[in-house]
Amino acid sequence: MFSMDLLLGAVVLGVLLGCFYAAVSVGLSVSFGLLDVPHVAHPAFLVLASYGVYQLNDSYDLDPLLAGLAITPLLFLFGLLAYRVYYETFEKRGSDAGVRGIAFFFGIAFIIEVLIILQFGVDQRSVTANYIGKSWRFGEFRVPIRQLVAFAVALALTVVLAVYLSKTFMGRAIRAVAQDEEALRLMGANPVRIKQFAFGIATAVLGIAGALLIIVAPVEPTLDRAYIGRTFCVVVMAGLGSISGTLIAAIILGVAESIVLTMFGASWAPAISFAMLLGVLAVRPQGLLGR
Amino acid sequence: MNKRSHSIAFWAGVAVFLVAVLSMTQIVRNEYPFFAGYVILQFIALAVAWTILGGYAGYVNFGTNAFFGVGVYTAVALFKATGAPLVVQIAAAAVVGMLLGFGVGLLTLRMRGIFFSIATIALAIIIETFVMNWRFVGGAAGIQLQRPPVMAPFDSYVKMLFFVQAILVVIAVGIARYIQNSRMGRGLQALRDDELAAECTGVPTLKLKLVACMISGALMSAVGAPAAMYLQYADPSSAFNLTYSVSALAMSLIGGTAHWIGPVLGAILLGSTQQFLAVTISSEVNVLVLGIMLVLFVVGAPKGIIGLLRPRYRLRAGGKQ
Repeated sequence: MFSMDLLLGAVVLGVLLGCFYAAVSVGLSVSFGLLDVPHVAHPAFLVLASYGVYQLNDSYDLDPLLAGLAITPLLFLFGLLAYRVYYETFEKRGSDAGVRGIAFFFGIAFIIEVLIILQFGVDQRSVTANYIGKSWRFGEFRVPIRQLVAFAVALALTVVLAVYLSKTFMGRAIRAVAQDEEALRLMGANPVRIKQFAFGIATAVLGIAGALLIIVAPVEPTLDRAYIGRTFCVVVMAGLGSISGTLIAAIILGVAESIVLTMFGASWAPAISFAMLLGVLAVRPQGLLGR
Repeated sequence: MNKRSHSIAFWAGVAVFLVAVLSMTQIVRNEYPFFAGYVILQFIALAVAWTILGGYAGYVNFGTNAFFGVGVYTAVALFKATGAPLVVQIAAAAVVGMLLGFGVGLLTLRMRGIFFSIATIALAIIIETFVMNWRFVGGAAGIQLQRPPVMAPFDSYVKMLFFVQAILVVIAVGIARYIQNSRMGRGLQALRDDELAAECTGVPTLKLKLVACMISGALMSAVGAPAAMYLQYADPSSAFNLTYSVSALAMSLIGGTAHWIGPVLGAILLGSTQQFLAVTISSEVNVLVLGIMLVLFVVGAPKGIIGLLRPRYRLRAGGKQ
């Protein structure tokens, strides 16, 4: 039955979950929102990063968050490379880039999925750390510590990226290239290099985001499919490229998912993000804080 | 005159194909070729249907699995409720697929291509979730189906399904070919190259996209309808499997999307490779090969196989079939 306590608990957990969703979506907010790259493989990169964290945690007993930090430079380089390939093959040639660009990233996502299956198998994988498995009690309800860790780190990651984009020289350059590429070219800057760097950043934050993903729950190779809905829902609802919007939209999604989970059960949960995405596209395609 | 002789050649080819399929079902005793062949025919029809929107109009549909699954479950629900014959199941699936195409098209075809693509993935997941929670058709656990007795002149149900799927291929190819050579095909191509310019010169872009989406969706659902009887079983996670989407998209892009023959070639090539790999190695490797070939082709051969065969080929070649 409906009860106020239950609802309150669901909302609190939803806010925690929402900040975590912001962390996994914020990279896409840069690559898709600011750079207009149809990055359908973003969730696949995320799951790949999680498996990297799993590998380090499993063989060297490294803390998942440190492991995420450790693979960050690697992901940055991977992002640079991925954008270079995308740029050379699609953006530079111009016409018809849309269709083939989307298909390209879709293919990459599938390849990553299968490579993970071939390497790690289809079983769920999880990490160990001393804050996983315990929970704090607040009177009636408990909050798992892993959720709190994910919440705090996710919030920090999102805020750091927002500050980076608004305060630093390079961050402003990235936003400038999103606004008017041609103007930037006329100022003597090279928009392609800035975009490449930005895509590197967008991929690099997946190190921490991937660590959070596997801290919050076990991962499996096809988990990226569910996160296509969540990440794109958040980024589109936020308004393309808005980092503060990303945080707000992610919290809305988190709370909605959490409430539906409590009221109707887990079997309806996968559809929430996708339904909200369709709703946003139909009603307000420019998002909450559209540029 | 040229156009007419092409038409005659095309329909003669169709007749030869159907006669060959029919006589194969009468002569060959072993059922395995029909099991494998059915899947290849299914992918030809899916790839051709995908091309009508994805190729001619350039709107990438990731939701082939949504339409396919809706076809499967329309057939299942009808069969369970009324025991309707196969033809009715297929027709009903086509109607439902068309309505679905209309709905999703109306919602998203006004936006940039990527939003349509994401929306189609969303659609697949939402419908799958509904089917999972729908007890009547078995929910998440799936449902067993008892095939009705087979009709003459076929001596096994699989052979009949093989023939039915061949007819669906012919219908899909016939429609794709008709669209390609019609005003509609030229309109779609115009909006694909430059939507704004097409709109300004009086091409009714939204209407054309919607019609293409409806036709494509109806065909995909129709192709899905016999799958329940083929497997004698249906469950949401296999009926809505994303592999259908990536296969249809990959086969179409690998074959080339400017001409209906492209997806046919792509589906035959990839479909038979897949059948071979799935039997000899494993289904994971099979998907891997699909992904790698898709990426290689979109990067290296943007016009697909037909682009490699005829370097200067363009849909603009117009009246030629």
